[in-house]
Amino acid sequence: MKHTAKSFAAWKGAHDLLWKAKVEVTLKKEVRDPQGLAVEKSLKTLGYEMVQRVRVGKYMEVFIEADSRKKASLLVEEMSERLLSNPVIEDYSYTLQEPEGGK
Amino acid sequence: MKFAVLVFPGSNCDLDAYHLVQDVLNHEAHYVRYDQMTLGRCDAVILPGGFSYGDYLRSGAIARFSPIMEAVQEFAEQGGLVFGICNGFQVLTEAGMLPGALYRNQNLQFRCRQVFLRIENDDTPYTGSAARGDVLKIPVAHGDGCYYAPPDVLDKLDENRQIIFRYSNAKGEITEEANPNGSLDNIAGVCNKRGNVAGMMPHPERAGEAVLGSEDGLVIFKSICHYMEQF
Amino acid sequence: MNDKIWRSLGLTDDEYALIKKQMGREPNNVELNMYSVMWSEHCSYKHSRSMLKIFPTSGARIIQGPGENAGVVDIGKGWAAVFKIESHNHPSAVEPYQGAATGVGGILRDIFTMGAQPVAFLNSLRFGPLDNDRTCYIFDGVVAGIGGYGNCVGIPTVGGEVYFEQCYRGNPLVNVMCVGVMPLEKLTLGRADAPGNLVILVGALTGRDGIHGVTFASEELSNASEERRPAVQVGDPFLGKLLLEATLEAIEEKAVVGVQDLGGAGLTCALTETASRAGTGMEIDLDRVPLREAEMEDYEILTSESQERMLLIVEPNRKEEVKNIFSRWELEMAVLGRVTDDGLVTVYHRGKKVVSVPAWSVAGGSPEYAEDYAANGGTSVCQKVNKPVTGIENCGEVLLKLLADPDIASKEWIWQRYDYQVRTSTVQGPGGDAAVIKIRQTGQALAMTVDGNSRYCHLDPSAGGKMAVMEATRNLSCVGAEPVGITDCLNFGNPEKEEIYSQFRAAVEGMAEACRVLETPVVGGNVSFYNEVDGQAIYPTPVVGAVGLLDRYEQQGTADFKKTGDWICLLGSPAVSLGGSQLQKSCGGELGGLLPPVNLELEKRLQSLVRCLVRSRLVSSAHDLAEGGLAVALAESCLPNNIGAAVEVTGQPDKISALFGEGPSRVLISMGGENLKNLKVEAEKAGVPLTILGKTGGNVLLIRSGDDIILKLEIGSLRSAYEEVFSCLMK
Repeated sequence: MKHTAKSFAAWKGAHDLLWKAKVEVTLKKEVRDPQGLAVEKSLKTLGYEMVQRVRVGKYMEVFIEADSRKKASLLVEEMSERLLSNPVIEDYSYTLQEPEGGK
Repeated sequence: MKFAVLVFPGSNCDLDAYHLVQDVLNHEAHYVRYDQMTLGRCDAVILPGGFSYGDYLRSGAIARFSPIMEAVQEFAEQGGLVFGICNGFQVLTEAGMLPGALYRNQNLQFRCRQVFLRIENDDTPYTGSAARGDVLKIPVAHGDGCYYAPPDVLDKLDENRQIIFRYSNAKGEITEEANPNGSLDNIAGVCNKRGNVAGMMPHPERAGEAVLGSEDGLVIFKSICHYMEQF
Repeated sequence: MNDKIWRSLGLTDDEYALIKKQMGREPNNVELNMYSVMWSEHCSYKHSRSMLKIFPTSGARIIQGPGENAGVVDIGKGWAAVFKIESHNHPSAVEPYQGAATGVGGILRDIFTMGAQPVAFLNSLRFGPLDNDRTCYIFDGVVAGIGGYGNCVGIPTVGGEVYFEQCYRGNPLVNVMCVGVMPLEKLTLGRADAPGNLVILVGALTGRDGIHGVTFASEELSNASEERRPAVQVGDPFLGKLLLEATLEAIEEKAVVGVQDLGGAGLTCALTETASRAGTGMEIDLDRVPLREAEMEDYEILTSESQERMLLIVEPNRKEEVKNIFSRWELEMAVLGRVTDDGLVTVYHRGKKVVSVPAWSVAGGSPEYAEDYAANGGTSVCQKVNKPVTGIENCGEVLLKLLADPDIASKEWIWQRYDYQVRTSTVQGPGGDAAVIKIRQTGQALAMTVDGNSRYCHLDPSAGGKMAVMEATRNLSCVGAEPVGITDCLNFGNPEKEEIYSQFRAAVEGMAEACRVLETPVVGGNVSFYNEVDGQAIYPTPVVGAVGLLDRYEQQGTADFKKTGDWICLLGSPAVSLGGSQLQKSCGGELGGLLPPVNLELEKRLQSLVRCLVRSRLVSSAHDLAEGGLAVALAESCLPNNIGAAVEVTGQPDKISALFGEGPSRVLISMGGENLKNLKVEAEKAGVPLTILGKTGGNVLLIRSGDDIILKLEIGSLRSAYEEVFSCLMK
């Protein structure tokens, strides 16, 4: 695992389509979310008493080379389950953005 | 006895574990880098504390995919002792070698201080030289030490006596104030069903010399040595 | 040049003329940018250089004084201590977490660049009062940032100080110190020696972050500062840790000739300083710099302050070896060019020569401004106004109020967020007079502390400067350590104002005198000017980081009472004052009056005696008397082990002065009765006044004056006042 991200440009010449996956990871609803509670309390202090609940999570953008949407989806799901989230405490969801000029 | 001390990029208590084994216990220790494929000859493996890969995604999440972890898994399957301290504990839960997960302290702050631990099970390779109910004074130093496991897993842990340590006060009472991170049921350390893989958030390697404030951590390492001598 | 563009880069017309003269021609735009950052106050010390020269910087132990990345002191047995303090004030004002974190990362690199293994961090912090959300946010962010970086790199944060004054409200101070140790032969300097050697950049990619950060640090803050956020860099402690490991390994293998970290002014500073120190030049190709952002301009690459980067000077035949070491730590390296013998830093970009400047001129050619302001005696107007604290009847209430003042209260809320134990060498952590770190390889220990009292400096910068050096070294002596050197961080307002420059000058003169008498040379440090918001300057705040040596770590002493029935004595000067005291601040409100007298010779005798008493175990505890005077010191010694005390105070004009008056050269000690006679002999021999105060015991702090009980408090109530403040304020 090298710590220098390859630049976006380097992917452009590749053969496959480049999909942008937006992955959101949040704590499962039964897991106490101390950050969410802190933000919720803070919002209420600021006068936003209509706030009922806050959950804090992570947002990641993953750029994936794949020749089809289905393939890209399978890859995102696999990555999310293996690394991007910890299924013991976290849920994930994602959306896939159409590649520019895509099929 | 020979201890292998793993070194991941970002490990920072590797030195302390090595020092304790080598200089305080007078046993042998050697470092094994994360990118190695084998552990070398050893009787037990220590996954030390620190911030492997900066803990940037989740604590321990990236390190558990290191090449060396396959060898660690195999070693554990053969019954070898694998002991995770702090970040090492996080790596073992991420790897699925220990049940549950560790996440953000409920008070949202890093905590470095002495805590007390009550020994819940003295019939493990890690606690054999102590007695159930003994209280150890050992420091914690972590930001992601809140232990969580789903209710059914917790029940199983209880049933199988897999909870080894709980945060307690000096008298051994399990109280909310004694819990530095909000861990469920004050859980500070657990082992796998077989008992040979264990992890704990507190740092026993920091409680090995009186000049550092406590020697209570030694009983854990002595238990490990004692256990290994029997086999 | 058109439009006097240098002015917008912070250079004066005269400075521009000087650049032309030194270069022998007009600089081009890129070159002018390099001069602009290197001749900023932050890099060139142009307003302070002339004064810094008066610090004593040499001594039998001093191997490297100011001028390198950090100072180096010989501690015997073939080992050296390496240390430095630095400010990160302005970045922390606009982005507290990252400002503080990158401050820690920067000072860390300064230490391992020299070849030393970092072993401890300390910090000195100043904020406004914690009575508003903004200050609480900054305070919390700074603490989190210091912990965030230090905890991750695995170097313990073992000590520090923090004070809260109105004058820091918009301009907090974040001074961070790092201490390292190394075998003497590992010493590596930031020099680009020997033409033909390779110039190599390792670490993070270069982006646009922090461009002109040094010029940002060299101007006053204003409301517009918030909008200058891009100047703040983002730290990556994980990468910092890898760099630390790899660099030390490369030095261990003797694979590098010179090492320099990239801090303020980025590549420009590293290239010109290393060449200038060695009297060499360099030829550099900017196209080889690994970039994080596309299309960066030449001047941007040259002045970027992206964090976690190092410059290495390597013999060509060691290149592969160095590459292997760094790649083992997953780090990339880039060969930028070669060392030359022409004294010029020549830079190519996109095939064109864009820079050719004399290294010495950029790195060290800036003018030296020695304002010849009339010394005003070093005292401020308000010192002449005596502000007696009146209306105090109940001394117990006052003590509880002082203990609950964030300036004095337990800082555990802060330091439990720092890993102060990692490396398992912390034999005395935060909360004592000084932290003590054992050196495993030699059995020795280093004691370390940071101190400064800006209220004193506000009233009398010269005396305040002296007292900062005295207090820091006294803290070392109280744990039994012999002071071996200091590093200073001089935080002041705008030096172009007469009042500020006079303060600066008086403070430096005071500090220099104290350093000479106490034989503690200055091995390096940092000046931070322009600490002003909307024209309002901070109090003059010189901060002293001091390092001391214990031959054996077992010799260390601590401040807490050890057992019931011990005698309690005061060693040192009976002279105190309420001018500038904590009492004045916490209970009176207005600062004024005379500071207590300063006697450096007495201080020297006292410290020498205290060290001897602590090491020989003639005393069981030793605690420096600082803010809050005798009463606070007594409470602080009672608390750790829940041991009360009964003492009698005499010899002061009034009970308030006796209990809360402050003054230098005072140490509270306790000892078993069997040692009392010996102590009297030793104190007399040393020429240090000794006052017997009373005895330890019980669960009450009781203070009598003659037959009157003037203070009686249970340890429990002292504890709740002392320990609960921060968690209440920071809810």
